[in-house]
Amino acid sequence: MPVQYYIFLSIALFCIGVMGVLMRRNAIIIFMCIELMLNAVNLLLVAFSKMWADAGRADAAAAQIFVFFIMVVAAAEVAVGLAVIVMVYRNTHSVDINNLNRLKN
Amino acid sequence: MINLVWLVPVLPLLGFLINGLGRRYLSKSQVGIVGSGVILAAFAVSVMIFLEVRQPGFSTQVVTLFDFISVGSLHIPFAFQVDQLSALFLLIITGVGSLIHIYSTSYMHDESNEGFARYFAYLNLFVFSMLLLVLGANYVLMFIGWEGVGLCSYLLIGFWFKNTSFNKAAKKAFVMNRIGDLGFLMGIFGMVVMFKSVTFSEVFSKTAGLGAHSNYSVQIAIIATLLFIGAMGKSAQIPLYTWLPDAMAGPTPVSALIHAATMVTAGIYMVARSNVLYTLAPQIQTVVAVIGLATALLAAFIALAQNDIKKVLAYSTVSQLGYMFLALGVGAYTAAVFHVMTHAFFKALLFLGSGSVIHAMGGEQDIRKMGGLKKFMPVTNWTFLVGCLAISGIPGFSGFFSKDEILAHTFADNKIMYILALAGALMTAFYMFRLYYITFCGSFRGTHEQEHHLHESPAAVTIPLVILAVLSIVGGYVGLPEVFGVKHWLAEYLSPIFAPSAPFAEAHHLEHSMEWLLMGISSILVIVFIFLARSKYIRYENTGREATGLTKVLENKWYVDELYDAVIVKPLGMLSRFFRDGLEKAGIDRLVNGVGRGVTWGSQQARRLQNGQVGFYVFAMVIGIIVLFVIGLLL
Amino acid sequence: MLTVLLILIPLVTGLLAFGLKGSGPKVLGLISSLASLAVVAGALFQFRAAPETLHVTASWIPQLGAQFNVGLDGMGVMLCLLTAIAFLLVFITIYNRNYENPGSFYGLMLLTQAGLVGVFTAYDALLFYVFWELALIPVYFLCSMWGGEKRVPVTFKFFVYTFTGSLLMLVGIIYLYLQSPDRSFSYTTFTNLNLPVQEQSWLFWLLFVAFAIKMPIFPFHTWQPDTYEQSPTPVTMILSGVMVKMGLFGVIRWLLPVLPQGAFMWADVVMVLAVTGIIYASCIAIVQQDFKRLIAYSSIAHIGLMCAAIFANNEQSLQGIQIQMFNHGINIIGLWIVVEIIQSRLQVKNMDQLGGIAQYAPRMSIFLVIIALANIALPLTNGFVGEFLMFSGLFQYNIWLMAVAGLGIILAAVYTLNMLQKVIFGEGNALTATTTDLQNSELLALSLVVIVILVLGVYPKPMLDLVGSTTEIVNKVF
Repeated sequence: MPVQYYIFLSIALFCIGVMGVLMRRNAIIIFMCIELMLNAVNLLLVAFSKMWADAGRADAAAAQIFVFFIMVVAAAEVAVGLAVIVMVYRNTHSVDINNLNRLKN
Repeated sequence: MINLVWLVPVLPLLGFLINGLGRRYLSKSQVGIVGSGVILAAFAVSVMIFLEVRQPGFSTQVVTLFDFISVGSLHIPFAFQVDQLSALFLLIITGVGSLIHIYSTSYMHDESNEGFARYFAYLNLFVFSMLLLVLGANYVLMFIGWEGVGLCSYLLIGFWFKNTSFNKAAKKAFVMNRIGDLGFLMGIFGMVVMFKSVTFSEVFSKTAGLGAHSNYSVQIAIIATLLFIGAMGKSAQIPLYTWLPDAMAGPTPVSALIHAATMVTAGIYMVARSNVLYTLAPQIQTVVAVIGLATALLAAFIALAQNDIKKVLAYSTVSQLGYMFLALGVGAYTAAVFHVMTHAFFKALLFLGSGSVIHAMGGEQDIRKMGGLKKFMPVTNWTFLVGCLAISGIPGFSGFFSKDEILAHTFADNKIMYILALAGALMTAFYMFRLYYITFCGSFRGTHEQEHHLHESPAAVTIPLVILAVLSIVGGYVGLPEVFGVKHWLAEYLSPIFAPSAPFAEAHHLEHSMEWLLMGISSILVIVFIFLARSKYIRYENTGREATGLTKVLENKWYVDELYDAVIVKPLGMLSRFFRDGLEKAGIDRLVNGVGRGVTWGSQQARRLQNGQVGFYVFAMVIGIIVLFVIGLLL
Repeated sequence: MLTVLLILIPLVTGLLAFGLKGSGPKVLGLISSLASLAVVAGALFQFRAAPETLHVTASWIPQLGAQFNVGLDGMGVMLCLLTAIAFLLVFITIYNRNYENPGSFYGLMLLTQAGLVGVFTAYDALLFYVFWELALIPVYFLCSMWGGEKRVPVTFKFFVYTFTGSLLMLVGIIYLYLQSPDRSFSYTTFTNLNLPVQEQSWLFWLLFVAFAIKMPIFPFHTWQPDTYEQSPTPVTMILSGVMVKMGLFGVIRWLLPVLPQGAFMWADVVMVLAVTGIIYASCIAIVQQDFKRLIAYSSIAHIGLMCAAIFANNEQSLQGIQIQMFNHGINIIGLWIVVEIIQSRLQVKNMDQLGGIAQYAPRMSIFLVIIALANIALPLTNGFVGEFLMFSGLFQYNIWLMAVAGLGIILAAVYTLNMLQKVIFGEGNALTATTTDLQNSELLALSLVVIVILVLGVYPKPMLDLVGSTTEIVNKVF
């Protein structure tokens, strides 16, 4: 398959993620959308890695290392982020981000 | 003796300090003795100096005390100059001044102890300033005395400081004087630029060295004009004369001091002193003559219709000062100084006489409510009459000789001016005798209580009056005109002062027969006018009718005060209020506060972006990223 | 060494005063100001004998090339003398007043003094800037803590004005520093820069605006009447007596020698502004009802004349302005002392409510008359000599400018006499009848003022000689 297909899929995923972050108010869904964006990037990296490997570049695997990094960092982020969301839920009984404006005023 | 000249001003200064600092501890008699004593002592020193100066072969001496200002090439020493002119003025100031001081010990006796001491302290300071003025060997020192007399007049006119209208009169005097002072000051600066010096001897020799029609005649004319503006303020000439009549608010002896011996003669002294500058600026001399003549006539007109005894005398002073400037303007410097001297005698006499009258009347100054005082106050009456005769110019009295000299010189210079000046002289005779007849003749028109209290004043008042009356008669004989076949003593005495300007002066020669004729005409006309006044006012009745027409205009002094008020005072107040409320508050301040308010407003707008909505922040972030992408792509 | 001592005395005593309570601070303040005066007197003699020994140079921030470089010239000695006398007068006058939290009050006052002396002695631009701020910052606190009821907005205005000026000046100093070949802030380096005319032209405004705000001249002046009105009077005395001289001093010491061509280019503009300010402020003073604001505007008018005299830039005007800095300081402090006395007795500053005080407090009235007349430059008072020389210098520069400025003399007479009439003459009222005459400390302070007024008025030569050397230096570079 040509690499363009992957690129368009990745863009679509990323845009869905962005729109989700912008439109949704549920913190968990926003969180999932962020994950979606990260994974869109991962997909892109893997696709390009394959492309360069087919072209015979020796260092093409380097891109896949980034992917692993992103997955690890994302996992850590999920751990912290979910903990925050749980704490917020305990305090406010809601995960609606519009309620999280207590710092205002 | 000349080296002790510093004693002359220092003695009054000492009196000022003693009376001023000891005003709580000294009794009235002590204050009076100190106050009058120092002036008498100064007079004694002045006489000795005068005797030395009048020796033949005397040359000008300068006594330097210390360096006052010394900057670069400009040196202004604190130095006194003794010459014929300053010695003569010393005599007039301390002589007439001491009589006024003695008179005051009685006149001001009703004041409180402290007020009495304050009065004498001011009076001494006044004499001190005036002595500084005439003794200074340079223009800066003259200016010091010049402003000093302005200050003292302020203090003395507002002596009864509880009265707000007196304070206003004092303020007016000071401010008007300051307008003139600015002119004087600029004249001094002009000299600094042109001659790099303000010392009389240097300035005059350098000016004389330039000669007539030099390239610098414009500069000399400017300096002369500026100095003359100073003289206008101090000597009450048009347009700065209105303070002098208001200065009557002060105690009467102060009026005598201001009008006769000190202050107003300062302008004459200055112009006479700077005779070289004026002779080399003939156009300015003409201006001086015209302004002098105009002032003489304008004030004489006003004096015709005034009903306040002191106001009549005040306007007569303004008028006589006009004559002196006329004399200066036509180059008759000796005549001007001569008139200063005789005027000092008879005007002091008239003012002190009027003080005696006012005292007897219990403070009443309106002549319509007097009358018939002749029989109650014989000494005052006779001396006042002498004063009137002298000022009117009746042959034999001092005023005749000095005024006649001025008129003769004016005739030689310009016939039209002569006729106008003669008319002024006739008005003088008329209003002085109007005053005399209304006040001293006829029947008494005051209240019964006043009539009961009418009495002759005590000796401390009458003795100075008598002395001044004698001087008013004999004072003229120092300047007998040459047509009498004698030498003009005063002219000869003063000739060294006016010698530097003599080569540049136009020579006028008057035939002796012409001079006799002029003298005859003026004498006869004066006597005619005196009889006119007599026939009109000897049986004066106070009808209490409102004046109409010209009389009303004259009573209101041509409405000049109102004119100044409308043209200068009111617009200045409006401008000031515009600055305060308009430009300052609504302009600059609003601009500055506007900057502050703008920042606050801007912050409030910016604050709306921080609405606390996480979604909005993320949206802003995304927009920001997109914008960055677009910029990145475009570049 | 004396120069450093001059800065150290108020600095150390100021810091000490913060820790004291009760009457401790005022005694310390008095002792400190007396000590300062003694040191200035010593410096005066040393200046006559060996002026170069007054220069002290020490390493300060070597990385930047900034040095602790202080010294005194004739003008510096004179202004330090003024500072010492001013603080002594202030401390004597307020000796019987009680301020809340006296430790901080006197501490801040003394720190201001240290800053002022530093400004007058600094020969290093960065040091000059530091002292400039050191002098200003305590004043903000003094105004905002001990001021009148509108003190907060007024202090804010004062702060915004002066801080804007300071920042512009800092930018200018840094630019000059970057142009210097040896990366140094020292005075000699700066004066030898010889920048091109275009650069001097805009640098001039960076520095001048700071000085103009401090003086202040029209149209940078509107902080001044408000601040003078709202500050506690002792602070106002220092502000108007000494602190406004910082601006004039800055122009003479730094602006003219460093940017001579810039100053020459803009001299006409500055002089027109200054002369406009004379007339403008005098007019406003005529219609003021508030005693303190009247004096504030009269000060603006006088400062306008001094500023014009600097830029007229000839020997006479420079001599005149320098001694006038001293004399104006003394006179205006004298006026404020009287204001302070009246205000502490009667709690009013609206002149319409006053009147007739001459009957009830004759001694104070005499002092007020003398000081007020010195303020309008009556001959034989100290004000005359300076004004005479300044006007003479202006006349040589431009006759018309001098004539307009001269109108200020007349207007000054009008507003001063208005003030005297409203405050001390006229009939008294129920309020003014309660006025008591001077206490001993006040009498002492006012007598000192009047003695200086009369002595320098009759014999100004020592003062003229003192500042002569500075005039020569400035005149040479221009």
